[in-house]
Amino acid sequence: MRLMITKIISLNKDKMSIAKEQDVVPFRNRVKEYAIKIKMSLVNQTKLITAASELGRNMLRYANGGKVLIEIVSLGRQHGIRLTFDDQGPGIPDIQLAMNDGYSTGKSLGLGLPGAKRLVNEFEIKSELGVGTKVTITKWANG
Amino acid sequence: MATEITKILKKRKSVILERWMKNQLTDETLREDLISNEELRAESEELIDILTKSLNETNLTDPDSSDFDHVIEILGGISLSRAKQGFSPRETGLYVMSLKETLLQILQEEVKDPADLIAATLNLSRLIDNFSIITFETFIKGREEVILRQTDEITEISTPVIRVWDGILALPIIGTLDSARTQVVMESLLTEIVESGSSVAILDISGVPTVDSLVAQHLLKTVSATRLMGAECVISGIRPEIAQTIVHLGIDLSDIVTKASLASALSFAFATLKVEVKKVAR
Amino acid sequence: MDRIPILRMGQFLLVTIQVDLYDRLALELEADLVKMVSKTGAKGILIDISAVSIVDSFMGRIIGNIGVMSKLLDAETVVVGMQPAVAITLVELGLPLKGVYTALNVEKGMDLLKSKVQIIEDDEIDAANDNEDHLPE
Ligand SMILES: Nc1ncnc2c1ncn2[C@@H]1O[C@H](COP(=O)(O)OP(=O)(O)OP(=O)(O)O)[C@@H](O)[C@H]1O
Ligand SMILES: [Mg+2]
Repeated sequence: MRLMITKIISLNKDKMSIAKEQDVVPFRNRVKEYAIKIKMSLVNQTKLITAASELGRNMLRYANGGKVLIEIVSLGRQHGIRLTFDDQGPGIPDIQLAMNDGYSTGKSLGLGLPGAKRLVNEFEIKSELGVGTKVTITKWANG
Repeated sequence: MATEITKILKKRKSVILERWMKNQLTDETLREDLISNEELRAESEELIDILTKSLNETNLTDPDSSDFDHVIEILGGISLSRAKQGFSPRETGLYVMSLKETLLQILQEEVKDPADLIAATLNLSRLIDNFSIITFETFIKGREEVILRQTDEITEISTPVIRVWDGILALPIIGTLDSARTQVVMESLLTEIVESGSSVAILDISGVPTVDSLVAQHLLKTVSATRLMGAECVISGIRPEIAQTIVHLGIDLSDIVTKASLASALSFAFATLKVEVKKVAR
Repeated sequence: MDRIPILRMGQFLLVTIQVDLYDRLALELEADLVKMVSKTGAKGILIDISAVSIVDSFMGRIIGNIGVMSKLLDAETVVVGMQPAVAITLVELGLPLKGVYTALNVEKGMDLLKSKVQIIEDDEIDAANDNEDHLPE
């Protein structure tokens, strides 16, 4: 008997490093290529790439850059894109606070983290002071 | 040495087809209205052909063997198309079950040693049973696809964007407004705004049963997105009960233009576009 | 592509953003526009973003800044041609895009700017603030 798939499996992956401002646009383009591959709708693509842009920018701004893992994942019959942002920056002291609309230590709008969360289907953030921050987001093709 | 049943099956391929066809045709549940005899025969012949080709003494006891990929593909195709044509699960299952019956009949005639016969029957049953399970799984998958397609169609049908006037769009919303629906409403409304170059959109909610804070939030989002595009969005069809709930729940709609009826929303739109509509004396 | 060209059309400035901007380019555009408004005494800025597929909070902030800064120099800003997917995303992101007007396309944006300037000239004395047009949020 063939097994029914009940776990998220990763089908295809790619790792990019975001070290300078000029890396953001090519990174967004790569995410777009992946999203097109799984036939994600234009609106969902736009939401995903915008969230990716926010997180990539945070990494540059607060952690001096980092790495992103781009994956095509699937859960049963649905396909999605999962992005894992991994940096070795200072970490976030109070994640709950950082996730609030309007909270910013960078004199900005403080929309990046909470906004990115609203734009995707799954959002996970882990951070340790002095070690780094890891944010994982998933957007389903039709989610 | 045990009887090589796969050889027997290969040898008697044409007999198997004839008998299987007969079994299928005499069955009272045969859906001649949905599939012609010729089609059925062609389908069955292809399946037996591939099955006897793929089968050998080793993979007979290994239903998961990749040798059967082609068989499974064909079976999958058959049950998928049956699901879409409206066959019942029983009718679809019977297709494979009757094959099993036919194959076992042949074995009974050909294998003389009782121990061999039992072993062969067991192995073959297990294999074909596995095929039936796959058939059912794909059948259900086929049905799910039909349901998904219909759901999409319903969502599309239920969000018609109407060009009521040059520069004015109307979108009557019927039923509840959840976040998935809001997404569809926004998308079709904004796309149509671009295509028609309209500056006013009317969202009529007289067909929306209740407006709670979540629905209100969805309405607000739609209005904001419309304004970002450079058009105004008016909400019409606010029934008295809805006005009451909005106030009782403390929802703030003061930023948006609301009108009681589609007619008054339309005259607001005319005023915005500086269009005058009046009766003419004949 | 080193700098985004700014076109002068009578008393208005027109900027067409053709590529997805990276940060330095966007910041330069902000600086250039404000300088240009001050130098030319332009009464309005038209930013055409119909070719832009992503507006994140950074881009949004730049656009908002341009609006507020030019307002200080007595010019209005109209953003035109936002794509539907971008509008839907901005609303979800929670970006209000304060300080700028919006219009469907360049032509409508131009009309809007003209009417704004007209109104301001008309109401020079009582400096009335009209709120009939679409200030998002
Ligand atoms: N990768 C990171 N490493 C360390 N701190 C971070 C990281 N990402 C975010 N932060 C902290 O969380 C705060 C909130 O981030 P968020 O992206 O929501 O807002 P912002 O970047 O300040 O403003 P905006 O994204 O709207 O321009 C930041 O101000 C910063 O203090
Ligand atoms: Mg940020």
